[in-house]
Amino acid sequence: MTAHPQAPGHGNETHGHGASHGGGHGGSHEAHYVRIWAILVVLLLVSYFGPMVATKLGWHWLLLTTAFGVAVIKAYMVAKNFMHINVEQPIIKFMMVTGVALMVLLYGAIAPDIQKGDGQNWQKDAGFHHSFTTSKPHHAGAHEPAPAGEHAAPAGEHAPAEPMPAASESTGASGH
Amino acid sequence: MSTKTIATQRAAMNMPTGRLAIWWVLMSEIVIFGGILVSYVLHRLAHPEWAEQAAYTNVHLGATNTLVLLSSSLSAVLAHAAAERGDGKRAAFLLRLTILGGLIFLIIKSFEWTHEIHEGFTLQSGGFWSYYYTAAGVHAFHVIAGMCIMAWVASTAAKNQELHRVENVGIYWHFVDLVWIFLFPLLYIAK
Repeated sequence: MTAHPQAPGHGNETHGHGASHGGGHGGSHEAHYVRIWAILVVLLLVSYFGPMVATKLGWHWLLLTTAFGVAVIKAYMVAKNFMHINVEQPIIKFMMVTGVALMVLLYGAIAPDIQKGDGQNWQKDAGFHHSFTTSKPHHAGAHEPAPAGEHAAPAGEHAPAEPMPAASESTGASGH
Repeated sequence: MSTKTIATQRAAMNMPTGRLAIWWVLMSEIVIFGGILVSYVLHRLAHPEWAEQAAYTNVHLGATNTLVLLSSSLSAVLAHAAAERGDGKRAAFLLRLTILGGLIFLIIKSFEWTHEIHEGFTLQSGGFWSYYYTAAGVHAFHVIAGMCIMAWVASTAAKNQELHRVENVGIYWHFVDLVWIFLFPLLYIAK
């Protein structure tokens, strides 16, 4: 058997949500929530029709405003009026701000790598693989191009899948 | 019968333990969804050609689903108001209404996905579709989880027990709604 009360959060643990909504009775709370919902629906209509109008008129700023600006307003209204974040303890606000800050940090940290298409000596292909636009220093040994002979791939074809023998080995074999 | 004492209040935070826990969950959810949304925005900006693929998403169904989730959020917060009055039966009814909203959302989503998959747009059809199915899929998973938890909370609320859980599950549900508020313009409107 648990010893906790039936409805904690409804006595002295309560948020004080009622005060924040400008009414102390359940009925006025409900009317307030329905009003907020109605405003959210109107904002949804704005974010639905706004981009259509913006596309027809070619107004890019209107598209961004009605799509993303309205989304931010809707999110704020839900967080404030339905989640009651405005009357929560400061630690809750701190936690949420930290989460959003981590998002911004993630964006800032990886944006240069993803959004920059090229640099002084490199560029990215469609698959985001880097390719170098200037010649890299050659390493001696296996990375040297194989000499023309039986191991050399014909022009226009890819190199064989098996490892290429070292240049000296290849030369020795052709001497016999 | 042994009595087990459970700490229901965090003195340092001056708030109920359950509510603090749900906010911690939401913070981790911000990191999960934030990671998906931020990387989507980055790649979307780097790939203007994704607009052609995004043009195939159904904005009407996306808007309908937004309306459904906003309405389900209303019933969730009304359930919270009923719980604060100690009206467990009404809170349970409103929570079940919220579950119905989640169900309608999933049905619309399944129709949408079925059509898109029949058209040949799958998870592997390109970068945009990978993000589309991943983001909407992870969100739909959260809707399903919320519905299951809400069904359990409604069953206890109907007996006028553990009414504080109504608010906690409501906060979670509003967050799921909030994520969709951003997914809608990102996946359906930005074309």
